[in-house]
Amino acid sequence: MNARVTSRKSLFSKRAWTALAVVTVVAAALPLLNLVFPAGHALHVSSYVMGLVAKFMCFALAALALDLVWGYTGILSLGHGLFFALGGYAHGMYLMRAIGRDGVYQSHLPDFMVFLDWKEYPWYWAMTDNFWYCMLLVVLVPGVLAFVFGYFAFRSRIKGVYFSIITQALTYAAMLLFFRNDTGFGGNNGFTDFKRILGFDITAPGTRAVLYIVTLAFLVGALLLCRWIVTSRLGRVLQGVRDSESRLMFIGYDPLWFKLFVWTLSAVLCGIAGALYVPQVGIINPSEMSAANSIEMVVWVAIGGRGTLVGPIIGAFTVNGLKSWFTATFPDLWLFALGLLFILVTLFMRKGILGLFEDVKSLRRKTPADKPVEEKSREAA
Amino acid sequence: MANLLKTLAALLVLAFASLSAQAAIDPNLLKPLAGDDPDARIEAVARIAALANDDARKVLQALKDDTLYTTPDGGVLVVTDDRGWNPATGATGPLPDGVDGVVVNNRLRGAVDGALSGMALLSPDAGLRRTAAQALLARGVTPEQLPLVAKALAAETDAGIEATLRTAMAVADLQSPDVAVRKAAVIALADTGTASLRPQLQAMLDKNADGSHAEPDGDLRLAAANTLNAIDSRESRAEFVGNLFYGLSLGSVLLLAALGLAITFGLMGIINMAHGELLMIGAYTTYLVQALFRQYFPNALDWYLVAALPCAFFVAFAVGVLLERTVIRWLYGRPLETLLATWGISLILMQSVRTVFGAQNVEVANPSWMAGGVTVMGSLVLPYSRIAIIIFAALVVAAVWLILNKTRLGLFVRAVMQNRRMADCVGVPTSRIDMMTFGLGSGIAGLGGVALSQIGNVGPDLGQAYIVDSFMVVVLGGVGQLAGTVIGALGLGEVNKFLEPVAGAVLGKIAILVFIIIFIQRRPQGMFALKGRSVE
Repeated sequence: MNARVTSRKSLFSKRAWTALAVVTVVAAALPLLNLVFPAGHALHVSSYVMGLVAKFMCFALAALALDLVWGYTGILSLGHGLFFALGGYAHGMYLMRAIGRDGVYQSHLPDFMVFLDWKEYPWYWAMTDNFWYCMLLVVLVPGVLAFVFGYFAFRSRIKGVYFSIITQALTYAAMLLFFRNDTGFGGNNGFTDFKRILGFDITAPGTRAVLYIVTLAFLVGALLLCRWIVTSRLGRVLQGVRDSESRLMFIGYDPLWFKLFVWTLSAVLCGIAGALYVPQVGIINPSEMSAANSIEMVVWVAIGGRGTLVGPIIGAFTVNGLKSWFTATFPDLWLFALGLLFILVTLFMRKGILGLFEDVKSLRRKTPADKPVEEKSREAA
Repeated sequence: MANLLKTLAALLVLAFASLSAQAAIDPNLLKPLAGDDPDARIEAVARIAALANDDARKVLQALKDDTLYTTPDGGVLVVTDDRGWNPATGATGPLPDGVDGVVVNNRLRGAVDGALSGMALLSPDAGLRRTAAQALLARGVTPEQLPLVAKALAAETDAGIEATLRTAMAVADLQSPDVAVRKAAVIALADTGTASLRPQLQAMLDKNADGSHAEPDGDLRLAAANTLNAIDSRESRAEFVGNLFYGLSLGSVLLLAALGLAITFGLMGIINMAHGELLMIGAYTTYLVQALFRQYFPNALDWYLVAALPCAFFVAFAVGVLLERTVIRWLYGRPLETLLATWGISLILMQSVRTVFGAQNVEVANPSWMAGGVTVMGSLVLPYSRIAIIIFAALVVAAVWLILNKTRLGLFVRAVMQNRRMADCVGVPTSRIDMMTFGLGSGIAGLGGVALSQIGNVGPDLGQAYIVDSFMVVVLGGVGQLAGTVIGALGLGEVNKFLEPVAGAVLGKIAILVFIIIFIQRRPQGMFALKGRSVE
């Protein structure tokens, strides 16, 4: 991109490191405040707020994963809801088995299987009573699907809009499949009524606090990992794919494996986000795979500022915070607000919220703002 | 004096009776009706029906309507307004003392219904005769009805009704004790039989427990096997044609849904996620036009659809132009951003419709000329509404082709899409052409919405149901190719209909999506790729 970048850039500037540490510490303090101070105390944080923040962190992780492929590699996926849901389902299988005989029918089978009059688990449920095996599935299922799908798509050099549309088709097909009762994943209702995780009561404040901290750790870890990737030479190749793939090929790179790597990694991160989401929300069903959900993820990235990694996290918090507030106060207006947000961001905030900060900064310095890099002429598109 | 009058009346009645002796019913036939023996009564009904004249119909109708009474002397009277009409004499007079209603049980009522509909076979109205013949075929001919059907067959002039009657006769003859009659019936059924006869024919081929054939006559068994084969192959032919037709019809629906997208996405490169909502606007416009017609022109209600077409086109056109001017014109050349912005638009349009019309589906009725269908190949019914949509889709495609290839606007559109700068240089108003093109695509979506309103639910989610399919059609066909869109849509429709019986609706749909994903791997540009040497 730039001749200046010859040696490796540091991961973050000193100020950014400080800011990151402060935000992490503040976020980590929430469950402590929730546990230590009794309800009614000035410093008490309600479980509702804590749960909300934990949920948003899962969304932020998914947005981060999406930004890695869209913001840096220029591959817009409309199917990340699928990977999110698959990770959630993989974890959900363990949680369903952990219910044991405490279900409505007091069978060792989940209630929906009893309802279908099944006598034993289908083969793909084998070993899912093992937590670590399921954690492996959380990584493998989205990862392998993304790898196979990506391999064929990138090998045929499907890109841009076409790629987006077929990821949407894939997600739609999966949603239809999971809506079926005989798929063995609970049909419309999906998985719910979880009772315990690794032997701990899933609704206990202590368990929730631990899940919260784990989520925070994954989010911060993923942010560092992604940042490390995009500042490495690999990251520069990825940006090369985004800005001019054919030129990259003429130099002698084969974009296939670079794209495939980042695409698979993104799917895995998204699957982990889904796996963290399920125990905290208590339900996973096929509606997570609806087209609207995947597109909403794209909006988090766009609103936060694509290609910034931190931006999508801010975007996920902003949009979901707004959504929580709107759906509680003006439920009918939320879709209007979301729709307007889509339009205004694409029209006026091409670099998202982070872009606004940069614009303000550069205005103060009285230097012209950077020209957008990825502007292409109409003929090229 | 009174006696004299009575005698006079009796004489008059006698004279009249002798005049109309032809029409009157033999008292011996009527007598069992007044009796208690249920079998005799049913037989009497059948024999009265076999007379097949107006008097017989009157008696049976009276029996059905509970207006038939018995007299103490064992006769019957049809009572209307306290006056009795004696079918045996044809005389009408005041009710004598001691009349009693004839009790009709369910079995008798069934026999009467059958006899009455059998008599409709002789009605002068061909429509009534056809309905009666089809009802007879569906219910089966009883031995008592045979003479009546034979009489009707002899008098029948309409070839279609005659064939139906012959089939009904042959079905009845299958039970005949006479081998020759059974054989003739089996052979006759080879040309006209339906799948409902299969058990009866199969029974002829079955063996008894001791290994002997249930049907002793070997030739007859052969004929039955032939007839079974003929019926089976006719059924599978009909099924094939039915699948073909319904596939074509589904393809037309997909085509109407995707055609607008072929212009906005295919030609202009805009990922219009609000396309589904433009379809929805077309459907809701249809609903409004229908409501207007209900209110102001109830007599012309059947023609509301014709009025809805231009209305839907212009409403969707106007919405499209508005969107283009306010949002989309800023996003040309950035397809992924158009995707986001138009998704936002789609959310707003959906919620607006929900606010104005409510979240429930609204009712859009088919006009009466769309009801019913044409029967082909014996059992296959092709509904008029489906036929109308196929014709409509063909007309819209022809119109789009004409606009793009034969008009000045079409020339400009193609020029701008191929080389915007050059077109600008030679004086084409590119900005206005963009607006018109997007409006045209939207307007066609509106027309698609009118068609969709006729075959499915009209609700705020209508667009969502079609958006994925529409994109699949355009991508499969090859972007910017009208022929590709047409073949893509029809192909998907056919594949879907032929896959559905094998795999089920949902799995069939999944299979098609997977097929498209794989197909795009092989041919990323779709079936009809634009030829050129551009790298990207």
